Parts: sequence; C-alpha cells; structure tokens
Amino acid sequence: MEFKIFLGILAAFLGLYYLPVESLRFQGAILEALILAKWYAREHVLLCLVPAFFIAGAIGVFVSQNAVMKYFGPKAPKWLSYSVASVSGTILAVCSCTVLPLFGGIYFRGAGLGPAVAFLFSGPAINVLAIVLTARVLGLQLGVARAVGAIVFSVVIGLLMHLIFLKEERAKAANPQEVFLGDNDKPERPLWQIALYFFSMVGILVFANWARPQETAGIWFAIFKAKWILTAAFAVGMGVCLWRFFKVKLAYILLAAVPSAVLAFALPQHPVAAFAAGAASLAALTFVGGAELQAWRDQSWGFAKQILPLLFMGVLAAGFFLGSPESADAGILPNRWIQALVGDSPDALLAILGRSDSAAPAWLSGVWPLWTNFFASITGALMYFATLTEVPILRGLLDSGMGQGPALALLLAGPALSLPNMLVINSILGPKKTLTFISLVVVMATVSGVVFGWLVT
Amino acid sequence: MRKIQILGTGCPKCKLLFQNAEAAVQAAGIEAQIDKVEKIADIMKFGVMTTPALVVDGAVKSAGKVLSPDEIRNHLT
Repeated sequence: MEFKIFLGILAAFLGLYYLPVESLRFQGAILEALILAKWYAREHVLLCLVPAFFIAGAIGVFVSQNAVMKYFGPKAPKWLSYSVASVSGTILAVCSCTVLPLFGGIYFRGAGLGPAVAFLFSGPAINVLAIVLTARVLGLQLGVARAVGAIVFSVVIGLLMHLIFLKEERAKAANPQEVFLGDNDKPERPLWQIALYFFSMVGILVFANWARPQETAGIWFAIFKAKWILTAAFAVGMGVCLWRFFKVKLAYILLAAVPSAVLAFALPQHPVAAFAAGAASLAALTFVGGAELQAWRDQSWGFAKQILPLLFMGVLAAGFFLGSPESADAGILPNRWIQALVGDSPDALLAILGRSDSAAPAWLSGVWPLWTNFFASITGALMYFATLTEVPILRGLLDSGMGQGPALALLLAGPALSLPNMLVINSILGPKKTLTFISLVVVMATVSGVVFGWLVT
Repeated sequence: MRKIQILGTGCPKCKLLFQNAEAAVQAAGIEAQIDKVEKIADIMKFGVMTTPALVVDGAVKSAGKVLSPDEIRNHLT
C-alpha cells in the first residue's frame, strides 16, 4: 500500500519534471482543451444536455421496465423479441450499467442469444442521451445514420449469432428456466398521459435546438424563426401535463413560469436566459410537486452526476489531442496522422511516406475505404469510451480530417464493445461466441462505414 | 439471522439500494447480514434481468428498482 503511494508520487514527479511546458505545441493543446470546453459549455449544455437529462430521468421513472421485459421472456414470439431488443435500448440503456445484466438475463433466462446480442449492440447507440448528443454535435446526418445503423445491424448480428449457434439455442429453448420479471405494483398511469408528457418534453428539446438552415426561405427557415415561440408553446403544454396529470398545484406552475416569461420579454435577444430560468423553475417545481416528481428529479440528477464528469474529461481530452473545431490543427496529434489513417483519400499517407509527388495508385484508392473503415471499427471495438465521450472525441477526429464513413464505423463498433466489456461478455457467453460476436460487429461496422461514406460523397 | 443480498454491478442505484437496506435493517432492529453480489455470472443465477435487485433469504423480492427503507422493511417482516 505505502509502496503504491510512493510509486504514484514518483510518477507525478517524473511527469512534472519532464513536462514539456515550453513546447508551443503543448501550450497550444492545453489552450485548445479549454477553448473546446468553453465551446461545449456555450453550445451544448443548456439547450441540449439539460433537457436530455430531464427526459432520460423521466424515462427511468415513468416508463415501466417490466412492461418491456415481458417481450424478452422465453415464451415471447421470436420476431417480437428481435424487434423489441433492437429498439428498446432507447429506454432501457440510459445507464450503461443496466445493459450487461439485462444482456445476461435475456441470454440465460429469456429469449436467447439472438435478442440478447441485438440488445447489447444497439443499446449504447440509441439511448436518448446518445441520439440527442450525436445529432447535435456531429450533425443530423451522422446522428440518423448511427441510430438506423445500430437498429438494423443489431437484428442482423442477432440473427446471425442465432443461426451460427443454432444447436445450443435449440437445446436451451427445450428447457426454459424460471425468471423473475419483477412485480407490477406501480399504479399504472394511462399511456396517453405519459405519451403527451414525453411529446411536450421532446418538442422543447427539438425546437430549442432547431439549427439555422442554409436557405433563408421555406418551411425550415420559418420554423427556425419561430423556434422560441414553438419551444414556449411546448413548455406551456408541459405545464398543463404537470397540472392535469401529476396534480401539481396550478399556482406553483404559474409561479414557476414567471421568471422565464419576464426574461423572455425583457431580454428577447437572449432566449437562452429565459430557457435557463425555465429549467431552474422546473427543478424547483419538483421539490413541491409530490413523490413522483421527486423521483423524477432524483433520477435526472443521478444521470447528470454520473455522466457530466465523464463528458467533461472527454471534452478536455478531445481538445488536447485533436484541437477545437475552429482551430487549424492545434491539438497534440497532427491532423495529417489522422488523415493518413482514416482520411477520405490515401494522399496524406503517401505524403507522410515521402511520395507526395506521385498520385495514389489505383489499387490503393480502391481498397482505401475498406481499410480506413476496418481500422476505425477495430480501434473502436478495442477502445473504451466512457458513456457519451465518444461524441466529443469523434467530433475532434472529424474536424481533423477523418472521413464520414470511418466515423460511423467507429460510432457503431465503439460504444458497443471495449476491452473491459469484452471480458464481461466472455464470462457470460464463453470465448467462442464472444469472438464470433466481436468479428460480426467489426465486419458490420466496416460494411456500414463503407456504404455510408459512399452515400455521403 | 436474516440474509439479505443486493444484486448489482456497482452502479449508483445499486449502492443506494445497499444503503437503504442497511437503514431498513437498523430501523427494524433485527439481526441481518447484508451482502453485495457484483459478479454478473452470480447475479444471473438468481434469474433476474434488471438490477439492482433485492434478495432476502435466497428469494428474489424485487428487481430493477431502488426500494425505500420502508419498502425493504416490509419484505423483512
């Protein structure tokens, strides 16, 4: 124990002793990390992350997991298990720590290997927070491609796994085991109330983040111009939901709306101020709104507490290594390295090898997309991304010259797999199935990256 | 002597359930041993799909939610 402390101090000493603070590149990279952190704080926290945390918390509290779990039981129809497994990550996988137990449960006790694998693959990519942040930071195109790719390929991988290990699966299905699905003791709220409530929250999230379209006419621009009015309308809708369905006193809700309304009229050029006041008032409401709202707050706060520090570290690391979006190649890693490994064309690689004078041979240009996507998939599969940190890191890589295709490949293979979680999967499935699963993920991610890259360009 | 097991891989919710179980045992004034079960393979043996789960004397009482100390106490008596 003492020895460990000594080693830690020694490491810190050596690190500081040789710290390259004089190097301009190093100073620049530190600055980049701060610039990027500021950019995220300004652009992505208030309008995007805060509502997303509220929504994620609401899902945890108001959507009954047991309602979904019954589709994973051993007796559920197979096509239903696959479809539910591929999309239910949206509501079940918000906390990465719930994914692995669920995966094990579905495999051992429930619908079997195929749906379990489908759930494991799609979960990290399509939970609410991941979708929202990917679309916001990496662009709508990549966000949609990620969600669609994850859902489609999860079913493909699940079915392939099932077919490859068909014999064992049949033997297991022949003697199903008891499973504890939990008791449904919560008083169920009518589905339409929950749906309306989520609709109002998602509306706030979508319209508050409505991006300025390139053209200055037409429906998208009209929506952009009215975005704050629309956001406010959805906020009113949410207030009505809280009043009618959750029995919060009307006086409290009106009181909570006052600061936003005042700020909206006093500072119309700073709509963010009104938005922030609204979020703060909503948080305050949860203190006086009864047990359900309290549970909602606890859940949202739990997610925020768990994810924000990781995201903060991820943003700093992305800025340090890769630079911020506006900078010209100021991170520690030179852009040409990234372009040489996963860029759109092999030119950068040839330049590093000192052959910039000659054009890339045809065979190299031909296999290049395959190689870059494969490289991105394999790296993503081995690397560990803490919850959601894949997004800022990917943004950094894209700004440094990574192609769109490899970016998607990394997004698909990355969060679904990492060295640590391979070990856990291995302890559940055994080495043969684990290796098959990993190879399938890498192959599928590579293929979808190649196709996406080809579609985009 | 009761035997309480908290199944969970170590996420914040699992820790919360563990604390609540401790509080429940204290409030009930009974003698009980509270254990954490953190290995996935061991958790699977109980046949639960969602964590955190509460097991009292070998029987699964709840899965997938954090019970309050009062709710846990109901399962103990």
